[in-house]
Amino acid sequence: MKLLNVSGSPHVHSGESVKRIMWDVNIALIPLLLTAILFFGFDALFVCLVSVASCLLFQWLIEKFLLKTKTTITDGSAIVTGLLLAFNLPSNLPLWIVVIGALVAIGIGKMSFGGLGKNPFNPALVGRVFLLISFPVQMTTWPRPLGICNIFANGAVDATTGATPLAAFKEAVKAGGSIDLPSLMDAFLGHMGGSLGEISALAIIIGGIYLLCRKVISWHIPVSFIGTAFVFGAILWLCNPNMYMDPVHVILSGGIMLGAVFMATDMVTSPMSKWGQVVFGIGCGLLTIIIRNWGSYPEGVSFAILLMNACVPLINKGFKPKRFAK
Amino acid sequence: MRTFRLGGVHPEENKISTNAKIEVFPLPKQAVVFLNQHLGAPATPVVAKGDAVKTGQLIAKAEAFVCANIHSPVTGTVNKIDTMKDIFGYNKTAIVIDVAETEEWVETVDTTPDIKREITLSQKEIIDKMKEMGIVGLGGATFPTHIKYMIPEGKKAEYLLINAAECEPYLTSDHRVILDHTEEVLIGISVLRKALGVPKAYIGIENNKPEPIARLQEMAKQFEGIEVVPLKVKYPQGAEKQLIYSITRRCVPSGKLPIDVGCVVNNIGTAFSVYEAVQKNKPLIETIMTVTGKSLGQQHNYVVRIGTPFSDLANAIGGLPEDTCKIISGGTMMGKAIVNIDGPIVKGTSSMLLISEKEAYRFEEQDCIRCGKCVKACPMGLEPYLFSSLINNGKFQEAADNHLMDCMECGCCLFSCPAHKPLTDEIRLAKTKLRQMQQKK
Amino acid sequence: MSNFIVAAIVVLGAVGLIFAVVLYFVAQKFKVIEDPKIDEIAEVLPGANCGGCGKAGCRALAEAFVKQGDMEGLRCPAGGDAVAEKVAAILGIEASKAEPQVAVIRCAAGCANNPPKSSFQGMKSCAFANSVYVGTNGCAYGCLGLGDCYNVCQFGAITLDPTTGYPTIDEEKCVGCGACAKACPRMVIELRNKGPKNRRMYVSCLNKEKGAAARKTCTNACIGCGKCAKVCPFEAITVENNVAYIDYTKCKLCRKCEAECPTGAIVSVNFPPRKPAAEAPAKPAEQPAPAAAPKLDESTVINNENTTNNA
Repeated sequence: MKLLNVSGSPHVHSGESVKRIMWDVNIALIPLLLTAILFFGFDALFVCLVSVASCLLFQWLIEKFLLKTKTTITDGSAIVTGLLLAFNLPSNLPLWIVVIGALVAIGIGKMSFGGLGKNPFNPALVGRVFLLISFPVQMTTWPRPLGICNIFANGAVDATTGATPLAAFKEAVKAGGSIDLPSLMDAFLGHMGGSLGEISALAIIIGGIYLLCRKVISWHIPVSFIGTAFVFGAILWLCNPNMYMDPVHVILSGGIMLGAVFMATDMVTSPMSKWGQVVFGIGCGLLTIIIRNWGSYPEGVSFAILLMNACVPLINKGFKPKRFAK
Repeated sequence: MRTFRLGGVHPEENKISTNAKIEVFPLPKQAVVFLNQHLGAPATPVVAKGDAVKTGQLIAKAEAFVCANIHSPVTGTVNKIDTMKDIFGYNKTAIVIDVAETEEWVETVDTTPDIKREITLSQKEIIDKMKEMGIVGLGGATFPTHIKYMIPEGKKAEYLLINAAECEPYLTSDHRVILDHTEEVLIGISVLRKALGVPKAYIGIENNKPEPIARLQEMAKQFEGIEVVPLKVKYPQGAEKQLIYSITRRCVPSGKLPIDVGCVVNNIGTAFSVYEAVQKNKPLIETIMTVTGKSLGQQHNYVVRIGTPFSDLANAIGGLPEDTCKIISGGTMMGKAIVNIDGPIVKGTSSMLLISEKEAYRFEEQDCIRCGKCVKACPMGLEPYLFSSLINNGKFQEAADNHLMDCMECGCCLFSCPAHKPLTDEIRLAKTKLRQMQQKK
Repeated sequence: MSNFIVAAIVVLGAVGLIFAVVLYFVAQKFKVIEDPKIDEIAEVLPGANCGGCGKAGCRALAEAFVKQGDMEGLRCPAGGDAVAEKVAAILGIEASKAEPQVAVIRCAAGCANNPPKSSFQGMKSCAFANSVYVGTNGCAYGCLGLGDCYNVCQFGAITLDPTTGYPTIDEEKCVGCGACAKACPRMVIELRNKGPKNRRMYVSCLNKEKGAAARKTCTNACIGCGKCAKVCPFEAITVENNVAYIDYTKCKLCRKCEAECPTGAIVSVNFPPRKPAAEAPAKPAEQPAPAAAPKLDESTVINNENTTNNA
C-alpha cells in the first residue's frame, strides 16, 4: 500500500478552479464574438485573433524570459484579457495597434504587478485606455455596421465610417442641433456603430446570464452599475431632454452593458463584499455619466471602471462582509 | 425550511452507509485507553500494573474541573501504564489492558436489553451521574457534558438543542442511532431536558434524512416537550452557533457560549450515551462508528469499545482497499487524517473514512484571484482571503483584529477556493500562534 | 511671448517660495530630536532585522543601546564581536566579548535510514504541520522538513534538501542570531558555541521515547542508554527523558562519547578523519544496528569535506 497522506481538514474540494472560471468567462464571451462578426465581418475576427494571440505570446515571453517562472497561459486568463481588449476596439483598427494594446494590457496592466490576481486595474481596460490616448483618431473612427444580410458581401467595411451614437450625439449637442439616434431595437440587437463587443446588448445579456448561472459573477455590480447610469441619466434627461440623451439609449449605447457585465465584474479588480460591490457599481455608473456629459470624451466607461478599480482597496476596508454576530 | 443566514457550502453528501445496521464489533486483544480522551486535563489513573479490571470499572478519575472519568472498556489485567502513540503519532499516557477471554461487567451496570423508560433520578443526581459515567460530547469536541449542565450564576437555560444535523459528508452514525435506538435516544433527551430544567427540547436534523425524521416525529409524540426541526441541507448546519441560529434565530456573540443566549447544545450520540449512563448505569466505554469509503465493498456502522486499535477495524473489513490514500477520523470537512493505524479509538471517534487519492487530491496552490468565493462561503462572515495575506506577512495581530478568532475552522473557505490556497491551514496556524502570544502575555 | 515667460517665472517662483516657507515651519513644528548616535549605531549594525537580539529590528536595538548607554544585556548576535566593538566605540565604552555561536540541527531526519512513513499536503509550514500530526518520518520530536527555519533566515545560511526538506546550516554564513531556533516549533535547532577551530560535538536527536520505541521510530535516534554519560570524563553529558545532552560549556571535545554511541546519534563536526585504529572499538557496539553504519560514514564524509575547506 502507498504511504498514507496527511493534510489539514477539509479533505475534499468543490472542484472549482481558476482555469474553470476563466474558461467560463471565455464561453460567455462567445455570443459577443458572434455578433461582432455578424455586424463587422471578418475584420472583427482578425482583430480578436490578433489580440488574443499577442496577449498569449506576451504573457509567455514575459513569464519565460523576464520572470523566469512557470508559464500560466493555459489558465485562460490571457485569452479573457485578449478578447475583452479586442471587444473594446473598433474593427477597422490597424492590427499593429492591436498588438501594442495587447503588450500594454499584459505587460503593464497585468504582469508588472506580478500576474493574475495581483493587478489593481483591469488589464484589458489599461490597454484600451492607453490606445485611446495614444491613437485618438484611429480609436474613434468606427465602421458602420453591415446589414445582417451582407456579412459575406465583401471585406470593404471601412469604406463607410462614422461615429458612435454617443459621439454623434455629443457633436450634435455642441453644435446646437439634434440627430436621430438608432432605434431601440437596433440598439438592443447591436445594429449601430461602436467597438466590437459593446454594440449588442442582447449578446451581452446572454453571456451575463451564463456567468450568473455558473456563479462566476453576482448580480450586484451589473445591476447597480446599469441601474445608477439609468437613474442618473433619467434625472438629467427629465431636466433637459434637448441636452441629454434619454436613459434607455444611455444604457444601450456605448460600453455600459459590456463594462457592467464583463469589465467591472472582473474578480481581481472588484470588491469582495456584496455591499462593497454595490458601492463599486454605483461609483462606476455615476462616473460614466459624468464623463460622458461633462468630460471631453464621448464615452467614459473605461475611465470610470479604472477609477473605481483604484478605490477597491478602500471599499474593501470600508465595506466588510456582514459578520455572523458582533 | 430553517437554515442559517450566511455562507455555507454543499459538499457531495456520500451517505453511502445509511443502510448498514449498527453491528457490535468484537473485543480487541489489547485495549489502549488514553488518560486524555476529552477536552481538558488528563484523568488520574486509579489502577496499577497487574490489577484485574472488569468492564465498566473506573480506571482513571477526573480531578481537574474540566476533565472526565475513564472506565475500563474491557475485562482483563492492566499490562502497563505507559506512553503510547495515538492515531496522529503523538505520545500520550495510556492504560494498556490485556483482554481476558470471558467478559465480566461491573455489577451495577444493567446489561439487559430492556428499555428503561421511567426517569427516577433528580436533576442534581442526573448531572452527578453524567460526571460519574465520564460522559463527553460526541459531536467531535469531546467536552465533558456535565459541565455544560452546571449553569453559571446569572444565566438561564431556555432551550435544549439536540444536534442531529450530521452535516458532514459520509458520516451516518447519528442517522443509524436514531433508526436503531429511537426510543432510547428520546428517553436520553428527556433525561437531558430534566437535567437542564427546560420545558422544550428541539432536535435539529438535516432534511436529507427523511426516514429518521419520520421515525423521530412519530415517536416524539409519546414524549413531552420534544420537537423535531428539519433543517436545510447545508454545511455547516451542525456547527453549534449555526444550529442555534437555525432553530432559535438567536446569534451567539463572538467569544460567547451558547448558554449566553439561553441554549445548551448536545449531540444526539451524546443523548444516547446519557440514556445508557443515567438509565442503565453504563459508563461511556463504547462509541458508534461509521466505517465507510467509496472503494469498500460493504459499508458498516459499528459499536466499538474504546481502546480498540484502528487496525482491528481495517482487518474486519478485509484490509484497506488498494487505492486508500487517506484515513480520516471524522468527516471529510472537519475530520483529521490519521497516520498511525495502530492507534486506538477514543471517546468521540465517530468514523473511519477511507478516501482514495482521487478524492483527497489537493491541487497545487495558485495566487489568490480575489474572487471572493471564500467570503461568500464563510458561515461566520469573515474574510479568509484577507487572513491569508496577513498571515503570510506575519501580521497575526492584525488578523485577530479582523476577528480571526471567530473562525471555527469549518473548512468552507478552502473547500470553495478556486486557487486552492490552504486557507483553513493558514487560519489554524494563526490561531495557534495567537494563543501562544496570549499565553506569553 | 515674453509676457508669458515672465508670468510663468513669477507664478512658479511665488508658488515655490510659499511652499518653502510652509515646509520650513512644518519641519520646525514636527522636528524630532533624536540622538545622532542612534543613526551612527544603526549604520554599523548589519541591517538584516533578523530579531536575534530580541528587539523589533536593528534600529530598535540601536535605540536601546543609546538609551541604556552601555552594552549590558544587549548584543547583536549576527554582528558578533566586530560590530560590538564598533558600537562600543560610538558609545565610548569598552566592548563586552562573547563566544561566537552557531546553529546546529539536533535531528538526523531526512537521512537514508529514516524513510518517510506518510506524506503531507497543505500549507508549507512546520508550525502548522506540528498541529496536525507527527511528521512524515513518524517522529514526534524531530524535524518536520517544511522549512520554517529556512524562511526566517536572513543570512542565507540554511539550505533545504530538495526531496526531504531537511535543513543544513552553512556555518560560514550562520551568524548565530537564533531566528531559526525560535521559528522551529519543535526546538530542534540549538545555538551552540562555535568551539575551538570550529569543532563541535552534539547529540543529534531529541527523541524522548524509550529505547526500543525510539529505535523503531528512527535508526539514528538517541535511545538514552547513557553509555556516553558514563564514558565522559568531564561530566558534560546528562541523560534526561531518554535523551542525552552534551553541555557545550563543559565538553572538551575528546570524542569518547561518539565512539561509544550505539546509534550514531552523537555527531562531531570539523574534526580530522579518525584513524582506523580509533574507530575499531566503536565497531562491536554498532553490530546490533547495522542500519546505523551508513550514517557514520556520512558524518565522516562531512568531516572530510570540512577539513579540506578549512585547509
